[in-house]
Amino acid sequence: MKSRQRAFMLMTVPALILFFIFHTYPALQGIYYSFTDYKGYGEWNFVGLKNYFNVFQDERALQAYGFTFKFAIIATILVNIFSLVIAIGLNSKIKFSKTLRAVYFLPNILSILIVGYIFNFIFTFFIPDIAQALGINALAENILGKPDLAWIGIIVVSVWQAVAFNTILYLAGLVTIPEEMYEAASIDGAGTWKKFWNITFPLIAPFFTINMVLAMKNFLMVFDHIIAMTGGGPGTSTESISLLIFRGGFEGGEFAYQSANAVIYFLVIVIISVVQLRYLQRREVEL
Amino acid sequence: MKKGKTNWLITGLLIAGSLLILFPLYLAVTISFKTPEEMGKSLLALPEQWSFSNYAQAIELTNFFQAMGNSLFITFFVVVLTLLTNSMVAYAIARNMHKKFYKFIFYYLVSAMFIPFPIIMLPIVKQTAQWNLDNLVGLIFLYVVYGLAFNVFLYVGYIKSIPAELEEAAIVDGASTWVVFWKVIFPLLMPMNATVGILTTLWAWNDFMLPLVIISDRELSTLPLVQFVFQGQFSTDYNLAFSSYLMALAPMILVYIIAQKWIISGVTKGAIK
Repeated sequence: MKSRQRAFMLMTVPALILFFIFHTYPALQGIYYSFTDYKGYGEWNFVGLKNYFNVFQDERALQAYGFTFKFAIIATILVNIFSLVIAIGLNSKIKFSKTLRAVYFLPNILSILIVGYIFNFIFTFFIPDIAQALGINALAENILGKPDLAWIGIIVVSVWQAVAFNTILYLAGLVTIPEEMYEAASIDGAGTWKKFWNITFPLIAPFFTINMVLAMKNFLMVFDHIIAMTGGGPGTSTESISLLIFRGGFEGGEFAYQSANAVIYFLVIVIISVVQLRYLQRREVEL
Repeated sequence: MKKGKTNWLITGLLIAGSLLILFPLYLAVTISFKTPEEMGKSLLALPEQWSFSNYAQAIELTNFFQAMGNSLFITFFVVVLTLLTNSMVAYAIARNMHKKFYKFIFYYLVSAMFIPFPIIMLPIVKQTAQWNLDNLVGLIFLYVVYGLAFNVFLYVGYIKSIPAELEEAAIVDGASTWVVFWKVIFPLLMPMNATVGILTTLWAWNDFMLPLVIISDRELSTLPLVQFVFQGQFSTDYNLAFSSYLMALAPMILVYIIAQKWIISGVTKGAIK
């Protein structure tokens, strides 16, 4: 029995140490540096909570938070609406069901950076081209070049890609609903909407929770999309929090300051995820 | 939902919707074969001549084969090492969850899922540079270690559902814990290994942020990183750029076409557990 315990120790302890050294330790360092004025090189001093206060007064940071929230909330809602609709479609009696599933899941395997580049082209050339031919002035110019519209382009790409994954999750939930329930409801005279609200939606509530939390968490960390589409521009209108931390930290000599920003960012993500989980899970129970 | 009858309306709508997915890819493929002059005429039309010269040029300019070699190297070793090590860690945890120590490890690793990468990004770059890990080996290492957070979560859930009696028989026969793991448990883990393998492949192949911050040597660039550098330098030549993008996407698309059923069910399993 002793040798068994020793084997279990050997299986976990080295991995645990490595995880601590390469994940927890850097995270702790990040937190530690957030209380200093370290630039990433040279000498440094403790400055207490100064960095934290500064983040809250930094317009660029506030704008990044504003943009990231707006983007994450809208993208999460849209992704969940589209993927639920598509999943219901794919789960009904249709032809070519396997092929259609394969097509709808395809975006999930593609690098978002490259997808972003392709869409960048579509927004820059293809859509204005078509819009001009059709005489739609509103779309005749590249929306990625307009500070107040560029975010829409990023939403389109994000939704295009993320719908794939969430659709599969909803589909996994939908196949667990026994068909008899729908048949019984049909006999009782329930229409399509009634069936959706009273059977489908309540029964896939746990999947709804997972999808909302995962989508929100992922969108709050948005990075690749933005690098590929706008680079944060025009100006700083589409700069997300992770892009700001990356830029400020590596290019701007703001190691300590952006570390404080990262700590705030971490807290924000945890709080939002926990609140979402609590709220959505309570809803599951009530139903 | 009715049995038997095909719903043609929904079929039609879904086909129409799938064009939204296929269209950007159609555009990418056709543009990659065109010349800049052809682009001027019509963006939508098929190329007049399917010429591979854009591809040849892109291969040269991006040093494509080297980048693909790097990506393959990383992805292969990350997947193999992840399957071998992460499952083992999870096994030890799952079989000892009643002990405080292992319970603590489990929650410690799983809670790390909520730590956004930017919080460790700046320190880890310094650390890898100091320890000479700012290379492909370092990247492999980091992916395997960082994967623990999510993979342990997946594996532990799965291992718990494997009855302990299976192992007990082997133990009575005198097999050591290691033998039990490799001969009894690991083969039983295959469905979960497939899931973890797929998710890890997608992650290691497509990830952009970690190579971006860790790798500074251009010879060591991965495929996403090459597209990034390339985009900055040749942003005006779209035909060239698109052939480069497609070559980077192609391996995953090929794998997907071959193993698509597996991949979809694997991802579903991975996400629900």
